[in-house]
Amino acid sequence: MAIREYQNIFTQVQVQGNPEWGMDDNRRMLRERVGKPTFSTLIGWFGNAQIGPVYLGWTGIISLTTGILWLNIIGLNMLAQVGWSIPEFIRQLFWLALEPPGPEYGLSMPPLNDGGWYIIASFFLLVSVMTWWLRTYLLAAEHKMGKHVAWAFLSAIWLFLVLGLFRPVLMGSWSEAVPYGIFAHLDWTTAFSIRYGNLYYNPFHALSIVFLYGSVLLFCMHGATILAVTRYGGDRELEQIVDRGTATERAALFWRWTMGFNATMEGIHRWALWFAMLTPITGGIGILLTGTVVDNWFIWAQEHNFAPIYDGSFGYEDYTTYESFIGKED
Amino acid sequence: MLSQWFNDWNSRNPTNIYGPAILVGALGGAVLIAILLVTWGQPFATVSMQTGPRGTGMEVVEFESDVTSVDPTIESYYTEEPYVPEVGELLAKDIYENVQVLGELTDDNFNRVMNAMTQWVSPEEGCAYCHGDVDIEDYGRDDLYTKVVSRRMIQMTQAINEEWDGHVNAVKEVGVNCYTCHRGQNVPSDIWFKVGAVNEATKGWSAIQNRATMISQSTSLPSDALEKYLLDGEQIVVHDLDSRVVGGPASEDDLLPSIQDTERTYALMNYFANSLGVNCVFCHNSRAFYSAAGEVTPQWSTASLGIQMVQELNSDYLVPLKDLYPASRLGPVTQDAPKVACRTCHKGYQQPLQGMNMTADWPELASSEAPEY
Repeated sequence: MAIREYQNIFTQVQVQGNPEWGMDDNRRMLRERVGKPTFSTLIGWFGNAQIGPVYLGWTGIISLTTGILWLNIIGLNMLAQVGWSIPEFIRQLFWLALEPPGPEYGLSMPPLNDGGWYIIASFFLLVSVMTWWLRTYLLAAEHKMGKHVAWAFLSAIWLFLVLGLFRPVLMGSWSEAVPYGIFAHLDWTTAFSIRYGNLYYNPFHALSIVFLYGSVLLFCMHGATILAVTRYGGDRELEQIVDRGTATERAALFWRWTMGFNATMEGIHRWALWFAMLTPITGGIGILLTGTVVDNWFIWAQEHNFAPIYDGSFGYEDYTTYESFIGKED
Repeated sequence: MLSQWFNDWNSRNPTNIYGPAILVGALGGAVLIAILLVTWGQPFATVSMQTGPRGTGMEVVEFESDVTSVDPTIESYYTEEPYVPEVGELLAKDIYENVQVLGELTDDNFNRVMNAMTQWVSPEEGCAYCHGDVDIEDYGRDDLYTKVVSRRMIQMTQAINEEWDGHVNAVKEVGVNCYTCHRGQNVPSDIWFKVGAVNEATKGWSAIQNRATMISQSTSLPSDALEKYLLDGEQIVVHDLDSRVVGGPASEDDLLPSIQDTERTYALMNYFANSLGVNCVFCHNSRAFYSAAGEVTPQWSTASLGIQMVQELNSDYLVPLKDLYPASRLGPVTQDAPKVACRTCHKGYQQPLQGMNMTADWPELASSEAPEY
């Protein structure tokens, strides 16, 4: 049944056996790899069936510790807000939040119950994220890899830092930062757009959307193409870069005959990386300019002939009346 | 019916088709329904009310069944035409004691209004709800808080019709009377109280948001929006009206609205939209909620007047009554007087009682002057 092999959402090939421990050239490298490796068929449907070991290292320890502190400060604050009631905590979980301080505190340290815990939690999150980034860099160096993953992660961190650090500092108030809460951060997102006259008129927001949707499209085209030529060895992509086989030839012909142009086995990955990285890079620029350089994007867009200016003859008198709307017109 | 080779082949290859059939049928059915919904839209009829220029997405959309169903309280509305006074008829102020409002009415009309108020506000308790269980000669006494409050409410009703004509008669003559809010209940539905801090162990902005309350419309937005904007009279302002302005949320000299102010405004606007059964573009344009060019609909002006009206009703009429009420009528958190806002009259409709004229038969309630019939 070919359909089950090639058009399946799950990985079709699983390898389980003696766990792979990685290299140990000098007999000292295993000390920092923790956890006894196990196999999971379920996990194997999505990726490698082997779980662990994990290289913890000093970056991992600091990152996990500060990350857990951040999460627990938020959780305990939420729990305190509902009077330490676990049922209420569960019931209100999506509503509860740890809010940044009010605007009256500016960039000073507020009282703990009025945003102070938020500042402390955010500090731990900053340390956690930055040490995790360092981890991606150092581990890539250990593996003699390029640092592509670290730079890609840094593009996401750029947006994170703009939202929680750079922009609040430029605005002169921690109150501009994003609250930690399920609905609360969505409220913030809506309010941010409304406050600055509709973020959809921010061209960097528009660019970010282009790259986001572009990433989705490229990811889908690439994944589909490779799966479609897997039967010819197309999933061995890196070998196909230097030793182009029939899989590459077929995939290339398919796209060139379909749309006149095709990526290469190498180029498609550069496209994908740049599209994905440019999503938070352009988005971060857009956020950083909002409230600092531009205060109302709609009016800015009208000034730059990017949004229409309606002249005021709206024709309201010709629109539907309430009586006809509710079916009571005489 | 089927060819012999097919029947032979089938008998040699027995297959359970029922298991896969259910799976394939269920999945296929779900896919088909999804495709139908995406391509043809949801099957229930909708109607749209255009609120802005074509092509700008400005319309209020409702299910036809929702919008054409009649407000059930319209049916139980009691009304009675006035009696045209004859020359020289005695007036209520001459007949009865302690008539501080409605004194210029003839006896028939005075009793007509009194009867109607009973139908509108206390249909079960009757006259005794305000006058007490006393003889009719003692109806002039002000023993019960209900009577003193009613008098003030009559004045309020007259003031609404007289001074807030631009709101209550904005589209056509509608006006208000007791029934607009009360709908047969002693205490109108959809009144509101201050809720105070909704979170424990917090102060400031952290204390007044992120809980599902009646006033936050079950969102996590601030729960003090009605209190700040419709009682304290804080300015409802979010946007800057230039693309670039000086100032910021923490600026001492050029204070600008913060994200938090915006969320509080958003909470008020949620309340507004739900109270009237409309969406944002009933009043605002679809590009930006407000702009320098003033691209707002005529409803925006009516609603703005409504905000000012509610502020006045709360501060001049309802809050000062606090000391008259028994404790059971006060707010559960801060023991404040009951207050009104959009929903107290509108009850989810664009126009209260779907635009029924509430002053047509009741000129006595439409003006504080002596009525003209």
